[in-house]
Amino acid sequence: MTAAPLLQIRHLSTHYVGEQGARIVRAVDDVSLTVDAGETLGIVGESGSGKSTLALSILRVLPPAAQIVGGAVLFEGEDLIRKSEADMRRIRGKRIAMILQDPMASLNPLFTVGDQIVETIRVHDGAARTAAWRRACDLLRAVRIPAAEARVNQYPHEMSGGMRQRIVGAIGISCGPRLLIADEPTTSLDLTIQAQYLSLLRELQRAHGLALIFITHNLGIVAKMCDRLAVMYAGRIVEYGAVSQVFNAPSHPYTEALLSSIPRIGDERQRLIAIDGQPPDLAALPAGCAFAPRCPRALPHCHKEAPPELALGDSRRARCWLLAAASITAGAEPAGVGLTDGAP
Amino acid sequence: MRRYILRRAGYAALSLLLLSVTIFLFVRVTGDPAALLVEPGASPGDIAAIHHRFGLDRPIWVQYWLFIANLAHGDLGQSFYYQIPVMRLYLERLPNSMILAAVAMAFSLLIGIPSGILAAVRVGRFWDQAGKLFTLLGLSMPSFWVGLLLILLFSVTLGWLPSSGGGGPTHIVMPAFALGWYFAAAHMRLTRSSMLEVLGSEYIKLARIKGLPQSLVIAKHAFKNALIPVLTLAGINLVLMVNVAVVVETVFAWPGIGRLLYEGIAFRDFPVVQGVVLLGGVMIVIVNLLVDIVYAVIDPRIRLEK
Amino acid sequence: MSVPAQTAGLNLRPRRLRLIRRGKLPWIPILILGAIVFVAIFANLLAPHNPEVGVLSERFRPPFWEAGGSTKYLLGTDQLGRDVLSRLIFGARISMVVGFTAVIFAGAVGTFLGIISGYLGGWVDQVIMRLTDTWLALPALTFAIFLAAIVGPSMWNIVIILGAVYWTRYARVIRGEVLSLKERDFVRLAIVAGCSKWAIMWRHILPNVLNSAIVLGTLMLGVVIVAEASLSFLGVGVPPPQPAWGLMLADGKEGLMVGYWWLTVFPGVCIMLMVLSANMLGDWLRVRLDPQLRQL
Repeated sequence: MTAAPLLQIRHLSTHYVGEQGARIVRAVDDVSLTVDAGETLGIVGESGSGKSTLALSILRVLPPAAQIVGGAVLFEGEDLIRKSEADMRRIRGKRIAMILQDPMASLNPLFTVGDQIVETIRVHDGAARTAAWRRACDLLRAVRIPAAEARVNQYPHEMSGGMRQRIVGAIGISCGPRLLIADEPTTSLDLTIQAQYLSLLRELQRAHGLALIFITHNLGIVAKMCDRLAVMYAGRIVEYGAVSQVFNAPSHPYTEALLSSIPRIGDERQRLIAIDGQPPDLAALPAGCAFAPRCPRALPHCHKEAPPELALGDSRRARCWLLAAASITAGAEPAGVGLTDGAP
Repeated sequence: MRRYILRRAGYAALSLLLLSVTIFLFVRVTGDPAALLVEPGASPGDIAAIHHRFGLDRPIWVQYWLFIANLAHGDLGQSFYYQIPVMRLYLERLPNSMILAAVAMAFSLLIGIPSGILAAVRVGRFWDQAGKLFTLLGLSMPSFWVGLLLILLFSVTLGWLPSSGGGGPTHIVMPAFALGWYFAAAHMRLTRSSMLEVLGSEYIKLARIKGLPQSLVIAKHAFKNALIPVLTLAGINLVLMVNVAVVVETVFAWPGIGRLLYEGIAFRDFPVVQGVVLLGGVMIVIVNLLVDIVYAVIDPRIRLEK
Repeated sequence: MSVPAQTAGLNLRPRRLRLIRRGKLPWIPILILGAIVFVAIFANLLAPHNPEVGVLSERFRPPFWEAGGSTKYLLGTDQLGRDVLSRLIFGARISMVVGFTAVIFAGAVGTFLGIISGYLGGWVDQVIMRLTDTWLALPALTFAIFLAAIVGPSMWNIVIILGAVYWTRYARVIRGEVLSLKERDFVRLAIVAGCSKWAIMWRHILPNVLNSAIVLGTLMLGVVIVAEASLSFLGVGVPPPQPAWGLMLADGKEGLMVGYWWLTVFPGVCIMLMVLSANMLGDWLRVRLDPQLRQL
């Protein structure tokens, strides 16, 4: 890869500060990743792992209680964290776009879908009204919505869930962004529609040369859509690398657990496998590795000190003491609970 | 929808019935109603005559029937003081109260809505704190005291505005402000919380993600949605204002139905008192019914309700 | 805090105690209300003069810092030569008594009716709800004026009237809460265990709605105080010569046009402070005791 990456996040941390500073939630903690032009990066994790906060941090549309406390977000070479609000506004929607999870909630019920597409176009490209409306119709066709001219004047509640999500997609690509962030776009769609939507996204990506960050908790989608993958846990990236490599030989116990919990056809096990324990409370993280309490292979040292990001060659990274043989004091039996053979 | 309207109308009719029964009973259970219906300083002979004339010696069912029958004809008796039918007196004064309420409502919305929006947009900062103070004061200062203070300042000390009487703009400014003050605080509070809720919604988040300027986000997307509950409350409050303006109208001698009520009390003019209270209740029940009907027409969800 | 499931009806009590232990109390309203209560209790000792009998030769004296005033009558005198400060002090007693009694009266009646209406349902519920709707159709002040005009002004009449007018606010809210409480498991457990309806209402429902009732009570206190002041101002509240603050404002109106400002400003400030504290306290309680009550 000789060209500079499109997006480079370096040691980004975002904290939610509550109750006058008494309660700090480290939603995003020391996250680093890279996205090249035209590439698809998957971000995987449970609810509460910090994926959405990460996405919002890139665009700096965080709620008032959240603050970016450190790091840099380099987009086309410029640090977004240092930019003024006015500059960020010009980037949002125009150079970096985002799709949210629930299309019914993210579209304003009082305005037509056409209106909501057109306003983005007019704000960023200053197009005249008729030109903008024509572009809106073109966009509807591009996202495979039939009878675009009629649909463009409809209200969100007059459309099906799948169609609404396509509208949101249309808004996303309307101004020709280079990076599209999709935050769980298929989670609220029926399974049958999901596949269609994913293929639509891939087509748009190829047609417009978009880089895509795909946030999801569904590893199956990651396998289909993504080139590279970052696994998040408790606000940190615990594994990072090419999808094929990570899937074939995961380095982090959490990734391993996630992969083995997917039931496969032809599997001979009688019961589903679940990961023991609960996700941690981000306001009260334990000392040491955040996954240690649930890790089947945790060592005593894992509970004492959190592992740093270790490079594993081939631009793979992981945060696990098990991979840093030299740093561990050998000895006692691994602590921690094992994978249970219990019903979920 | 028809069933919905019929049901609401039924409830309204029931409320009106209960209202009349309540008023009817209260007058009778607290002592001899004749004492109220007769002018002060009457002799026992007069009282007996009153008993006969008003049918107070008849069984209570008959009395109630007469009461309702008269009510249906709009006959609420005759004012002792003014010697004209109560209904006519009421209808003469009603427009004045409505004008006062309308101006007061305009005040309260003009002050309440922008300050509420400002407080929500600048939540936690200076304008929000100032707004909180304003709300607290607004809801804690009795409206008639505000009126008295206004008179003290603008009529007595500065001599700019007249302190009493009905009339043009100079006469209406102070009473409208005093009346609207409390509601301005209430509207501000509701606007603020409604706006905050809207600002936290997903479509606002998407609007910001799309890169729309903050002013457009607020003016276009947030404003309309946030205003819905506020206008609903304002509608309810308008009718309330007409009726609770009693004290403000008294302070400023504004010739509305509130002042009429006060006169009724001061001059021991019971038919007037009863009339104002009864008609006030009737007005509110009817307006509530109309509001329900309007909602049924506008909101498609109610239209489809079984 | 290990609270067994069967006594889950009590699980809100620890929350009330937790408030005080947190130490972040709203000092301003507490101090103001405390001062008013103190003044009300010790009025006899604190007031320099008799509040009801005045010296006619001393009428309309301004406060001591103005020309014509004297330190004998710190805040001036009214049209009958009565000391304003003493009247304010005794007026605190009236406001306190009327305010608290009316609120407790309305609260007791309203909570009771709200509970039986919500829990028993059926025709009891219908009757009480229709009654509540009717009552609510009449603006409280107008209704109170009407009742006061009929029964005649006296302090205790006012308390009863205000209680009778405002109980509906409680009934509505409490009924709503009871309706959702009815579905909770601890109530069902009690029913299965064979408790009688009244036992359930008393031991399980009541403690849980108490929070709402208390918050509503503090908010109602302000409303009731203003209502009493309005009634007294109009002449159908507490009768003269008792020094109700509202009555003082009515008297003060006479002197207003001539510039006797102290007769209007001071009583009003007292009313405002009391209502302000009640509102601040109510807001604080509402936020801390139960986030669900924020809609009140």
